[in-house]
Amino acid sequence: MNTKHDERASGLAQDEQKFRGRSAAALLAPFVGLAVPVGAVLVALSLGAVMLLTLGANPITGYAALIDGAFGGWDELADTSIKAMPLLLVGVGICIAFRAGVINIGGEGQIIAGAIASTVVALVLPDVSRILLVPLVLVGGAIGGGLWGAIPGVLKAYAGVNEILSTIMMNLVAAQFLSFLLQDLLTDKASGAIKIQQTERLSANADLPLLPGDTRLHLGVMIAILIAVLGHILLFRSALGVRLRAVGHNADASRYAGMPVKKSIVQALAFSGACAGVAGAVLVFGSESHRLIAEGGASGFTQSAGFNGIVAALFGGLSPLAVVPASFFFGGMLTGGISLQQELQVPAALIVALNGIVVLFVVGSLKLQTRLRSWAQGAGSGSLRGSESPPSDHAPQPADSVAISEDSDG
Amino acid sequence: MGDFFTVSVLVATLASGIRLATPFLLAGLGETIGQRSGVLNLGVEGVMLLGAFSAYYITLETGSAVYGILGAIVVGLLIGLAYAFITLIMQAQQGISGIGIYLFGLGFTDLLFQKNVGTPKPIRGLGEVNIPLLSDIPKVGEIFFQHSLPVYFAFALVPLVWFMINKTTFGLNIRAVGETPEAADTLGVSVNRTRLATILIGSTMASLAGAALALEVGIFQQNLTSGQGFIAIALVYFGAWRSYGVMLGALLFGIVQATVLQLKTLGIVEGANSSLLAMAPAVLTIVVLAIVSRRVAAPGALTRPFDRAA
Repeated sequence: MNTKHDERASGLAQDEQKFRGRSAAALLAPFVGLAVPVGAVLVALSLGAVMLLTLGANPITGYAALIDGAFGGWDELADTSIKAMPLLLVGVGICIAFRAGVINIGGEGQIIAGAIASTVVALVLPDVSRILLVPLVLVGGAIGGGLWGAIPGVLKAYAGVNEILSTIMMNLVAAQFLSFLLQDLLTDKASGAIKIQQTERLSANADLPLLPGDTRLHLGVMIAILIAVLGHILLFRSALGVRLRAVGHNADASRYAGMPVKKSIVQALAFSGACAGVAGAVLVFGSESHRLIAEGGASGFTQSAGFNGIVAALFGGLSPLAVVPASFFFGGMLTGGISLQQELQVPAALIVALNGIVVLFVVGSLKLQTRLRSWAQGAGSGSLRGSESPPSDHAPQPADSVAISEDSDG
Repeated sequence: MGDFFTVSVLVATLASGIRLATPFLLAGLGETIGQRSGVLNLGVEGVMLLGAFSAYYITLETGSAVYGILGAIVVGLLIGLAYAFITLIMQAQQGISGIGIYLFGLGFTDLLFQKNVGTPKPIRGLGEVNIPLLSDIPKVGEIFFQHSLPVYFAFALVPLVWFMINKTTFGLNIRAVGETPEAADTLGVSVNRTRLATILIGSTMASLAGAALALEVGIFQQNLTSGQGFIAIALVYFGAWRSYGVMLGALLFGIVQATVLQLKTLGIVEGANSSLLAMAPAVLTIVVLAIVSRRVAAPGALTRPFDRAA
């Protein structure tokens, strides 16, 4: 950048004053990507402070309790990581779908489908040795979630059904289906007259092993991070990823280039669902009860990770690796919310509301971010290269939903 | 165990179907107006929850459902303003910003409910208003003319919304802005002002839908709407962006829900199987969407922000 800067500066001495300002902007360019979402969270947190004030709680002690409960010690950090796992897994799936131009709001349903499928695996093969059963339940979860995601994919690709609507409907179906299974086919026979919606204690061979150390942290954390790395490779280091992103960027152009757009849509939603499905398996076999339980409805099981994962993915700029710290942050909000509730009697629902505000601010600021970035980049490359648009790797904007026209390919 | 196919049960089911259709209809009509102008508001569920809570809480405190409804209208307008800012000025992606509204509504109403109300306290909702003469017709009167005011209001809106969209200048602007905003802009129609109006109308109607729900059941609880706002959006597609189509969809869903409830009450289906039956509306939506999606065209500029500079 600096050499170009010099060339330009010599040629455009009369513009020096203006140019200095712009080159400062060029220096800022790498930070613009981070500044806007962080700023959005800060604004959201200050709105949260206003809410705490109106609820009669001191925002400083409130946020202190939140931070302490989330990051204040090894146990807290472990709990935060455990809460972050489903967010990370769902978030990686969201990156894949959104990058392919498919809006997947079906994380909740895909988590449930994965949980059901993995539970069935553990119930059918309880005596398989641990070294096999743990991978089997995880794969079972991925297949369950993947199939649940592929259904809206097929509906979108071949019947033109808006995937936002179909994935939401699939959430409702999955929630009721889970409730049915836990009262009927999969219910805990030992529970007798007490009607708790839960399965029996599943095979101990499927328990996710605890990691060394004295915390509740289990293998799921490693799996989630591994899947984030795999998601990164899939999106940015594989031919499939290039195709998915091309379709997300411009479906028509991809079609003219001979790419199978319909197949890509189904694949994107299937992979996205598979990630959420693994989250479902991790929630079951990493839980302390080692059962599939729906406490007070299906959202008691998923802990709304299907929605919060979207928040983490957006915050991570739709890059799987960046979703790792983002989900850790939001996992911290969730664990911290519990100590907020315990210490200040502020309901943890505050965190859900805050997450909503974060989504609004992050999505609302994407356009601003793009403008700022192209302004900053324009300063760096200047007239030498024209106003080049930023590389798509670093300008994650959820693409407009891919539209499938009547006469599109197969 | 009772018998479902008796006249009195069928009449009661249809009447309750019409009652249950009302929130779908109010929210769906509002969303129709918004989508005709090219704006998708996926946050209907959240707005409904906020409207439901404000109507419930104000009614609980003041003892008057009228204040509750007025409160819901104000809340609807406020969220509409916020959504308009995010959508029109910040040009946020509409499919996702709606999820933000949903999460905010879900969390915020739960927060306020736990903090200010705690244990569920029932309120006295709106009483039924029997339409003179008509309500005396046997069976028919019971099904159609013995409801609370929001029910009549919602169904009266169906022809009004049709008239507004198809026969007024404002409606023409809405359709123009929703199909080709650039052309409308060239002809001097303010795209964003028109969309601001439709967003405010849609948000207020979603809030009223929540209020109607809360006043009908006389109680509030966490996630009271349980997906009804999302179904209302699907009904707009179902009804092919036409008010009568949305009404048909709302009635279908209301009656399916009423039937499920009735079968449960009568003990014909119990426990686990009622969960299975409760899947019906969502499955039905998916099937219907699969059938109609290719046959009807959405407004041309749906979800596309308008930027004159671009």
